[in-house]
Amino acid sequence: MTEFLQQIINGISLGSVYALISIGYTMVYGIIKLINFAHCDIFMVGAYTGYFAITTLRLGFIPALFFSMAVCALLGVVIERVAYKPLRNSAKETLLITTIGVELFLQNIIKTKALAGPNVLNFPEVIPTATFKIGGLQFSNIQLITLGISVIMCAALQFLISKTNTGRAMRATSYDRDAAALMGININRIISVTFAIGSALAATGGIVFGMLYPKLEPIMGVMPGLKAFVAAVLGGIGIVPGAMVGGLSIGLIETLSKVYISSGLSDAIAFIILIIILLVKPTGLFGKRNVKV
Amino acid sequence: MKETYKKYIKVVIGLIVAYAVFQILFQTGMINSYYNRIIRQIGIFLISALGLNLILGFTGQFTLGHAAFMSIGAYTSAILTRNFGVPFLLALIAAAFTAAVLAIIIGYPILRLTGDYLAICTLGFGEIVKVFIQNVDYLGGARGISGIENKSGFTVIFVLAALCFAIIMNLIHHSSKGRAILSVKEDEIAAQAMGINTTKYKIIAFAIGCGMAGLAGGLFAHFSQFIDPKSFDFSKSFELMTYVVLGGMGSLSGTVIGTSILIALPEWLRGLSDVVKEYRMLIYAIMLVSMMLFRPQGIMGTKEITVAGLKNFFGKIKRIFRSSSTSVNKGKEA
Amino acid sequence: MSLLSVKNLTIRFGGLLAVNDFNLEIGEQELYGLIGPNGAGKTTVFNMLTGVYTPTGGSITFDGERIDGIKPYNITAKHIARTFQNIRLFGNLTVLQNVMMGYDYQAKSGLFSSIIRTPKQIKEEEKMHEDAMKLLTIFHMEDLAEEKAKNLPYGQQRRLEIARALAANPKLLLLDEPAAGMNPQETAELTELIRWIRDEFKISILLIEHDMKLVMNVCEKITVLSFGQLLAAGKPEEIRNNPRVIEAYLGKRGA
Repeated sequence: MTEFLQQIINGISLGSVYALISIGYTMVYGIIKLINFAHCDIFMVGAYTGYFAITTLRLGFIPALFFSMAVCALLGVVIERVAYKPLRNSAKETLLITTIGVELFLQNIIKTKALAGPNVLNFPEVIPTATFKIGGLQFSNIQLITLGISVIMCAALQFLISKTNTGRAMRATSYDRDAAALMGININRIISVTFAIGSALAATGGIVFGMLYPKLEPIMGVMPGLKAFVAAVLGGIGIVPGAMVGGLSIGLIETLSKVYISSGLSDAIAFIILIIILLVKPTGLFGKRNVKV
Repeated sequence: MKETYKKYIKVVIGLIVAYAVFQILFQTGMINSYYNRIIRQIGIFLISALGLNLILGFTGQFTLGHAAFMSIGAYTSAILTRNFGVPFLLALIAAAFTAAVLAIIIGYPILRLTGDYLAICTLGFGEIVKVFIQNVDYLGGARGISGIENKSGFTVIFVLAALCFAIIMNLIHHSSKGRAILSVKEDEIAAQAMGINTTKYKIIAFAIGCGMAGLAGGLFAHFSQFIDPKSFDFSKSFELMTYVVLGGMGSLSGTVIGTSILIALPEWLRGLSDVVKEYRMLIYAIMLVSMMLFRPQGIMGTKEITVAGLKNFFGKIKRIFRSSSTSVNKGKEA
Repeated sequence: MSLLSVKNLTIRFGGLLAVNDFNLEIGEQELYGLIGPNGAGKTTVFNMLTGVYTPTGGSITFDGERIDGIKPYNITAKHIARTFQNIRLFGNLTVLQNVMMGYDYQAKSGLFSSIIRTPKQIKEEEKMHEDAMKLLTIFHMEDLAEEKAKNLPYGQQRRLEIARALAANPKLLLLDEPAAGMNPQETAELTELIRWIRDEFKISILLIEHDMKLVMNVCEKITVLSFGQLLAAGKPEEIRNNPRVIEAYLGKRGA
């Protein structure tokens, strides 16, 4: 029983990282119906930016976090403006290939000697790890911080979407882009804001992931990215709270299946669940007929 | 009917000439073994990309799991030749067949999905195949299988690539089945109103396309002599998709061009200089994105290269050349 | 015996009774009109006839055979063909390919003989090509055969869609608002075309239409549908003077 609870704790902390990444997928899909494969590399850039902010710029944890968020938000907006916007009305495959092109670009630019180089880097221990025990259960402060940051970010996002004018405009745009444009909403601005927020959250995810698993490499975003993507679909792609729940579920499923089923097959289980969900209820757990933010 | 056969005889003669030219170039050493290897690699991935074009370009079904079917073909053929001593060609047929049968089994439930959902589902399937192979010791697990015989020579690749090209060409452009497949992409509801069982044709196209992926996988195993699950993950599926989209979805000659460029380009960049070598994948990425931005329909669009088209093209160039040379002459006279 | 016989046709969507107890009899080579105000359930009836919806109750008998509830792509083989209200051509295919699509479900060559192109398959393909060209010639569209369908002007697209449906060798042709978006002159031409098709191809035609004038001009018999209920059926002049029909179209005061 203790073992089980322990795995639940581990699963939730991993799942909260997935939730942070999957929100970006889901928001972008909700607004422009695009699966942004480059999103997982924004996550990677976020982790690297955090690394440089802490080691080279000697920033503390919180400033480094904000710095990384700002860099990634800017990066997300620039990518959308340069690479995606001109293709907004062309075939889906074309746009998807472009996101893959951007993904390759990000992975390879990080690899260059001017930036990080091809070698694996170790994320600095910016907050000394401390573990404490409560009744046989082991917590690390890193896990608590991860969870805390995720909860704060999600709450802030939820506030933004439901209570502010920008959030209202985002919801309107995802419901019907043309109608929103006719109502005087600046669609380009809303899309930029969406990319900025999604990318900033991915950066947060990158930094907390770096603290949990301190190994940085250019392709580090791929697997967490895929799983976060599964999480977004699981929760109903385009639905923000769905992405959060989906992220936590995938984290839990992965951790538990690693322990109780097979460590090798745990990656496949997420995808098996994905396929079953798609076949039984393609709009995801929280999806309605029309997918909305 | 006579005309059709005359045309086919011409095509076959053309292919034999092309084959002979390649062989002469290989024998005389004008194409060295390094380039020979690249050409064979292009041929192998071309077979897979042609299959993908049938699914993606002609039938309009968005799949991101094509590499998984390559891996199924690769493992099937490698196990057959290595562990059971099955002849190479028979193992290739088995590879294509296994991939096609699996495509039918999984295609039946998932081809009901459309667009992005189908893409996600096939992507997930590809990852499942990868993880499955990683966990089966008999298949070498994550370490892969090495010591596969080197059997994929230029001849067999050339013949099979030409065959796959011809199969899709005949099917799509000269048959009622092909029009049914095209109609699925254009408008499913109208296709059904014309008596087309759209699900059936989706599955047919998917099975043929994946069969070709299986065949290419079998060739690849006996080309690189080593296979592991990671060489067929979703990034390989993406790569195959870039070949098809760059060439033009719905153009077979476009797929030939796209595959050739995208495999040759990184190799060519590698040869240029040390600086380029370091940045070659970066350059590749930039070229890919700019290609999509400036010519999103791909190099060929949905057109094919035809003899008449080539004549027209060269005629235009000639005219431009002539008009410029006459204007030069006029300049001299003045 | 009538060609198409619809008895007590009913369909419910959840709690909504979209069509209730609908009856329709169409004879051989008859020009039949189905009219009714917006939202009366005309298209729903159409969708049940073409297999898109499965009726909750009642029966559809065509040529002595029950066809209710079978799949849309099997309806064509029973010799019923249709056009769509918002033209659905295969836009990126040529005009010729569009018409050939009509023959395709009748093709005998299998997948394998298509791939290796047996002499039989080549002959069949050439025959289809010929037939399609003949049909296009009848429609005065032979010069457009190699154009992409999406590049045709609107009126030509309508005609092409009808030609494609005729290629499927129907005994009953269903036209869903063929005059939608046409100007008066084009509508007049369409009237002629519909009559001419019936005489030339010796088939029955069921027309769903908003344009009262077109229906009154063309159809020999008319059924009026209102709020999913059958309101009246009969010859055009009977319908024209039926007070219930006038009420449904113009409101109580009009009557």
